[in-house]
Amino acid sequence: MAIETLPGPSIPITRPFRPTLGFLAATPIIATATACLLLIVAMAILAPYLAPHDPLLLAPAQRLKPSSAEFLLGTDAYGRDLLSRIIFGARISLLIGVGAAIVSVGIGLVIGLVSGFFKWVDAVMMRVMDGLMAIPAILLAIAVVSLSGASVVTVLVAITIPEIPRVARLVRAVVLSAREEPYVEAAISVGSGLPKIMWRHLMPNTVAPLIVQGTYVCASAILTEAILSFLGAGLSPETPTWGNIIAEGRSYFQIKPSLIFWPGLLLSITILSVNLIGDAARDALDPRMKQREGGKA
Amino acid sequence: MTDTVLDIRDLVVSLGRNAGATRIIDGVSLDVGRRETLCVVGESGSGKSVTSLSVMGLLQKGSLVPTGGSIRLVGEELLTASDRRMRQLRATRMAMIFQEPMTALNPVLPVGRQIDEVLRAHTDLDARTRRKRILDMMDQVRLPEIERIFASYPHKLSGGQRQRIMIAMALVLEPKLLIADEPTTALDVTTQKQILTLIRDLQRDHGTAVLFITHDMGVVAEIADRVAVMRGGRLVETGSLDSILRAPTNEYTRNLLVSVPSLVPRAPRPETKEPVVLEANDLGKVYRERSFLGSTREVTAAKDVTLILRKGRTLGIVGESGSGKSTVARCIVRLIDPTSGGIRLAGCEISELSRRLLQPHRKKIQIVFQDPYRSLNPRVTVGETIAEGPINYGTPRAEALEKARELLELVDLPADAISRYPHQFSGGQRQRIAIARAIALDPDVLVADEAVSALDVSVQAQVLELLDEIQGRLGIALLFITHDLRVAAQICDDVAVMQHGRIVEQGPAGEVLTNPKQAYTRALLDAAPGRGWDFANFRPVAATAAE
Repeated sequence: MAIETLPGPSIPITRPFRPTLGFLAATPIIATATACLLLIVAMAILAPYLAPHDPLLLAPAQRLKPSSAEFLLGTDAYGRDLLSRIIFGARISLLIGVGAAIVSVGIGLVIGLVSGFFKWVDAVMMRVMDGLMAIPAILLAIAVVSLSGASVVTVLVAITIPEIPRVARLVRAVVLSAREEPYVEAAISVGSGLPKIMWRHLMPNTVAPLIVQGTYVCASAILTEAILSFLGAGLSPETPTWGNIIAEGRSYFQIKPSLIFWPGLLLSITILSVNLIGDAARDALDPRMKQREGGKA
Repeated sequence: MTDTVLDIRDLVVSLGRNAGATRIIDGVSLDVGRRETLCVVGESGSGKSVTSLSVMGLLQKGSLVPTGGSIRLVGEELLTASDRRMRQLRATRMAMIFQEPMTALNPVLPVGRQIDEVLRAHTDLDARTRRKRILDMMDQVRLPEIERIFASYPHKLSGGQRQRIMIAMALVLEPKLLIADEPTTALDVTTQKQILTLIRDLQRDHGTAVLFITHDMGVVAEIADRVAVMRGGRLVETGSLDSILRAPTNEYTRNLLVSVPSLVPRAPRPETKEPVVLEANDLGKVYRERSFLGSTREVTAAKDVTLILRKGRTLGIVGESGSGKSTVARCIVRLIDPTSGGIRLAGCEISELSRRLLQPHRKKIQIVFQDPYRSLNPRVTVGETIAEGPINYGTPRAEALEKARELLELVDLPADAISRYPHQFSGGQRQRIAIARAIALDPDVLVADEAVSALDVSVQAQVLELLDEIQGRLGIALLFITHDLRVAAQICDDVAVMQHGRIVEQGPAGEVLTNPKQAYTRALLDAAPGRGWDFANFRPVAATAAE
């Protein structure tokens, strides 16, 4: 039996997926992105405690004040504290971003799993998805918001719908290739039912690509929300969102550029951080990218 | 024979540049002379491919680094040669052919152009001379209709033809050294035989030195002048073909040879009157492909396949790739639906049953797949994998896991393997796990679809032994699908030979594999590499027969 201890074959070994968070600090750039995002999240959560003023409080006497000890970033055209508005604006942005990611991944996962497994569902579903993908996201959002009024929910729905087909297609592709794997056939032959095969043998394959896709959806949702607000098709103008702040600041750009600068900067940093983390997640979760770095196992 | 073409001295290849890095190749010395074939044999992970890639200078940059020793090609040191010089040397002085000719050829260029590229890069010949030389070379590798093939794309050619193109490409500049890395492993036996003969003949005509890498002792016996046995990055033993096969001095080499299954069928077991557990009647599978304009293309993968399998017996289905043997296996397990004919499993007709009605019958027939790296879900523990079947059929979880422990011991794995994941096991161990999963449901029939083909020969022998033991203990009937006649000869009671989706010959193994009635069976047997050797007894077959 001594032969059994032979050195193992040099075939690359597929490790089970274990969500480790080590990749969040893989390089200095990614570590910075993670830190920035954590700060912004903390800022959003603790907004009521951090904000020095009420973001909605109008004070016409304090219009367009420059930075001072009382108003760190100055005030806007209605005398509201810019810093407080930006801090509260992070809440909406992140809520929309995370919400859109979770909802679109959730719905897309179900659609993808079902259409990856049933041919007849696939034929119908994928044509519907094709149709959805053909609609420009912003246009759909403007339509939905103008039909049913602006609220966080309608904006979220408007932003999520066009993202669903992308997620569904991704899941479907993973399922189509995974269901050919012998271990899925083995599960069929030991009599496992459909739900079990989907949940246990197919679904886990989609986790890694979905995490990556989720971050991209999140980033683009934050951006779309800001665009909608800027265009006046988003949440009502008094609500502190980064898009709204920029939209209002536009008129006073020449007098007080910081009205656009600060929310714009935060928006860029947030989206850049989320995208960088998404890239890092893709690299960490894709065995092929790993091979490129580390060489043969 | 005296002048040395390739001279490898004390080669060390490490994983990375650090001084303490793991040595993948540790002090290997080899030499190959003009007109000589040196076979490097070893199991997976023995470092035989890394050795050949070091010679070609094709090691993965940065991760595998030659850190010691020397490689000389006709006196010229290769380890210190510049990239530019290495590019010149490849093709002109040394060339390599690979296992998978499809991936080694560019799919979007006609093969003639691809050979032409070699000539254009390394010679100043004009177009007409180049073409003439290429056609001449293609003729030498015995390709038919060379004008047509010259302009063909790789996907239009068969595996054997593609490998011939690779050989033509490798030899067109008359290199001194040809490295062949498992060049026939992906080919059918009959094609393998032709390619081996071709390499031998071309070597004789051109005086090329050949470094031939293989894991197959049969191939070694066919082609080698000298043999070098490698294991774990070290050279275990080297010597002339005869001395290695007849009188191996090293224990490992002996083990390797003893593990090679003999082509002579094992002693037949007495006929039994046990009940028939599996019957296939005129089974057929036609793949229909409907094109856009409505014309239907039909491919018959299996036709009129009739098989009978009794309790406790083993029926082998042998055939080359594309013969339909796997299609038959998958139809019988109902992973795909047969288009005609019937399957009776333990007295019940199952070929027409819907998925739902099939459910209670599934447990009576189980399958073990070829690739143990893909047949176990990497994200599920071994215990859960084995227990999945029994749980599906109503066994309580705790009981099923307890049974999984017992089964692991039955297949010679520690019971605590239950909570580990598949990647923590070697290929042979994984195949044992797959077998444990299959027998967890106490099936009447176990289908083994090339179940030992992906395993190293020593591991293969152990798994075959295990299957035999399980059959003896549980009385399972085995349907054994294989392309390897040696394996079939050692495990099957009856053998069915398939070609083009039909059974051409069927009968007791001893009969079919020693006195084949059909020309095709005879051709298959003739092509089996190393058929003249009885490896396990260290002597030619003739000597065994004379006893």
